Amino acid sequence: MRIGVGIPTTTPGATGRLVVDWAQRADEGPFTSIGVLDRIVYHSYDPLTALAAAAAVTERVRLVSMVVIGPLRNTILLAKQAASVDAISGGRLTLGLSIGARHDDYEAVGVDPGDRGVRLTEQLGAIRDAWEDRSVGPDVAGDGPRLLVGGASGEAFLRMARYANGYVHGGGPPRAFAAAAARARAAWVEAERPGEPELWGQAYFHLGGGDAGAAYLRDYYAFTGAFADRIAAGNLTSPAAIKDLVRGYADAGCDELVLFPTTSDPDELRRLAEVVG
Amino acid sequence: MKVGIVGGGPAGLYLAALLKDADPSHEITVVERNPPDATFGWGVVFSEETLSELRDADYPTYLAFEEHLVRWNSLDIQYRGEVIRSHGHGFSAISRKVLLSLLQQRCRELGVELRFHEELDGLDRFAGCDLVVGADGVNSTVRARHARDLRPALHRHPTRYAWFGTDLVFDAFTFIFRETAHGLFQVHAYPFDGATSTFIVETTEATWQKAGLDGMTEQESLAFCEELFADHLVGHELLSNRSLWTSFVTVRNRSWHVGKVVLVGDSAATAHFSIGSGTKLAMEGAVALAKAFQAHPGDLGAAFAVYELERQPAVERFQQAALDSAGYFETVSRYLGFAPEQFAFNLLTRSGRVTHLELTRRDPALVNRVDRWFAGVGGVPAPVPALVPLELGGLAVPNRVVLGEAGRGAGLVVSELVAVSEHARLTPESAGLYDDHWQRHWAQLADQSHEAGERVAVRLGHAGRRGATRPSRLARDWPLPPTDAWGLLAPTAAPYTPRSQAPRAMTGQDEADVLEDFAAAARRAAAAGVDVLLVDCSDGYLLHSFLSPLTNPASDRTRYPLEVFRAVREAWPADRPLGVRLAATDWLPGGLQPDDAVAFAATLAAEGCALVDVAAAGVVPRGASDYRRGYLVPFADRLRNEAGVATIAGGRVTTLDEVSTIVAAGRADLVRLDTGPYYSSS
Repeated sequence: MRIGVGIPTTTPGATGRLVVDWAQRADEGPFTSIGVLDRIVYHSYDPLTALAAAAAVTERVRLVSMVVIGPLRNTILLAKQAASVDAISGGRLTLGLSIGARHDDYEAVGVDPGDRGVRLTEQLGAIRDAWEDRSVGPDVAGDGPRLLVGGASGEAFLRMARYANGYVHGGGPPRAFAAAAARARAAWVEAERPGEPELWGQAYFHLGGGDAGAAYLRDYYAFTGAFADRIAAGNLTSPAAIKDLVRGYADAGCDELVLFPTTSDPDELRRLAEVVG
Repeated sequence: MKVGIVGGGPAGLYLAALLKDADPSHEITVVERNPPDATFGWGVVFSEETLSELRDADYPTYLAFEEHLVRWNSLDIQYRGEVIRSHGHGFSAISRKVLLSLLQQRCRELGVELRFHEELDGLDRFAGCDLVVGADGVNSTVRARHARDLRPALHRHPTRYAWFGTDLVFDAFTFIFRETAHGLFQVHAYPFDGATSTFIVETTEATWQKAGLDGMTEQESLAFCEELFADHLVGHELLSNRSLWTSFVTVRNRSWHVGKVVLVGDSAATAHFSIGSGTKLAMEGAVALAKAFQAHPGDLGAAFAVYELERQPAVERFQQAALDSAGYFETVSRYLGFAPEQFAFNLLTRSGRVTHLELTRRDPALVNRVDRWFAGVGGVPAPVPALVPLELGGLAVPNRVVLGEAGRGAGLVVSELVAVSEHARLTPESAGLYDDHWQRHWAQLADQSHEAGERVAVRLGHAGRRGATRPSRLARDWPLPPTDAWGLLAPTAAPYTPRSQAPRAMTGQDEADVLEDFAAAARRAAAAGVDVLLVDCSDGYLLHSFLSPLTNPASDRTRYPLEVFRAVREAWPADRPLGVRLAATDWLPGGLQPDDAVAFAATLAAEGCALVDVAAAGVVPRGASDYRRGYLVPFADRLRNEAGVATIAGGRVTTLDEVSTIVAAGRADLVRLDTGPYYSSS
């Protein structure tokens, strides 16, 4: 299993300099990818803009969105932005897409969340077409960026199996990932896709001590109500907890696990590298 | 900490005792609206695992329980005048009344304040508490008050049950199946003290009404059941305590806590009584909650999070098993033709927790009997059911495993969609059976498989409006560029996805042409030495789109698929099995329903269909399974046992043990084993 690291684009006090420096330092290893999250109504950076900046200062790591909320965006613009990041990075983009869970993001951009699942399904087909017929944007390399789809419903797995290269999980203990991975594979088999879906996992960590990471997670996930406590409780705050989770995800067949910081402390990257390196 | 607990059942009392024992400075009050000695129902069941958990959680309570526990390890199935006894199922039971009085006693010893006969109007009484616990049962008012945050989902089961007692002391957990003119009644009975047993009578709503039980008084119901089960009660009487002809409600909540309020026990989650785990779940929940408070003293948020993280996955697994078990009893009358061995095996494996292998561990003698019956052999060790040959319309299929790949030892190798014409293909790379080249190809494959001892089935079909797409390396249903595409056919001109090519609505001439393509391909398949032919009515391909109301507005939706089946039958050798691959559901409201599939399969069976390969969904690009383990098995089960046709089940079946379990239980005759990703995964 490969291990990536998230860029602090959503954590409190993350400066533009931190985002760029973090990406550059992550490129030195041991990480194989750098990931970004997406949220509109929050003090956070736009995921594809952040990945474009990261692309400019990295040479090696894969750039992955976990995820971009597709239906919030105009499909052709999204296809063009993704193609641009892919071209700037020399074909290193993996585009994870999902429908998101927050109605305030939909309200803010004026999109009806009612049919967001159907819209995402249509977007996936349209993005593939746009990349292939080269009507917009820089030419993509090969088949274009790898596509991942996230979500926990049967429809999400179906969508993933129909259009994507793999599945991106939303986080949780290894057994939750294993259950989702088994469903992703079943949907893949049912869709008669050849080979296997790529399976991506994600988790949060905070190694610097104190409660800042948990406090951020409670705030970031406040929209989930009581569930936010559970997400905060799952934050990995010790090397042993990270190693346990890494082992659990590897056993569950995860291809790449991306660990996201929960504070803007630049030393977190070094601490994580020492644990997983 | 000041703690207010609503509800003095097992969950509330046990939690009170555990919290108080861990920290005597807690001020704990339990409020119960009933008197201390009131109880509904008779005995409750615990597994060995639960008991050891209770022993670890609070030893004095466990010791007090132990004196009153009744233990046994047998399970009897009384079916059609025969009793099948299975061993190795460790259970313990205790009188619910004794359980409650022991818990009350423990609470009093520890200094918990117990208040009975108190109705709680609102939670004002607990306004000053640091923690409020809703342990107030299946109809929890605490849950109702916080429904917006807890988001409960209640499922009312479609059967009726009466929770009687009897002075007959059973010596095993006993299931009784009793057929009457009104329908089937079943009993779940077990002893819980030296003098009394629980005796739950269950039946469907329809049978309950036909028998007139809806209009009977308690005494009349009691008399009715005593007479119905007179042979089994042998002179003993039934006892009632007002728990009569209710429908079980499965309770789920998205969250078990909000603010300082938390749910435990039935208010949080229930599990159908047929797996005997309601009290077990409630008390285990109390243990988990108490432990969470010990781990995070003074931090409600953290304690609640740990409690839910620890408990919810376990409870969900139990609830799923309980739902499967309940579903079995709701439809058990479809198995009344089974031999006793198969009936018993099916019952014992109903919840998915016990497989062939697990039952072998518990009761090797019974499994040996089942295996010998299944294999039709005498005293010698029998093969596991997965490896027993199947006699299918004159064809001997060497084992029960279906694979998509040849040369790996499957009993039956089933192809992907094989096109009846060039324009019937899914992609330019799809296999076909419409010219000499393809006929030679299939003859060669059939020869190879026959040499390896396998049988070969070809799934013959027309891709309909899903045709003319690219090979699925990057995506499914991604249309070919117009320059490479061919014209599509479907019942109507609606495209599959908004980006798909619009098909032509089929004319009478189109129907006749495609019909002849099917017949011609069937003749070529026969000449190639294919063993089994499956006419494809699945995955949103042509014949499925005729069958589904989502894609065919006509009223006689089975007309054309049936015509095609008949045409193929005429072209196919009478001595070789002919079947269909059939969508059993579209997984969508307004779509094809399992009832439709059962009716169509019964029609086909009468027309000579020997095998249904069960599929689901695909007729529109929505409608998805939950993809749980064996997700197509319930449909294969229904089609097999209601339409009376052999079936292939599948849907995430990954072990030979599951194959054995499914076929020995009579849920399907063959099972598609998913290999590939599961087996190659690191």
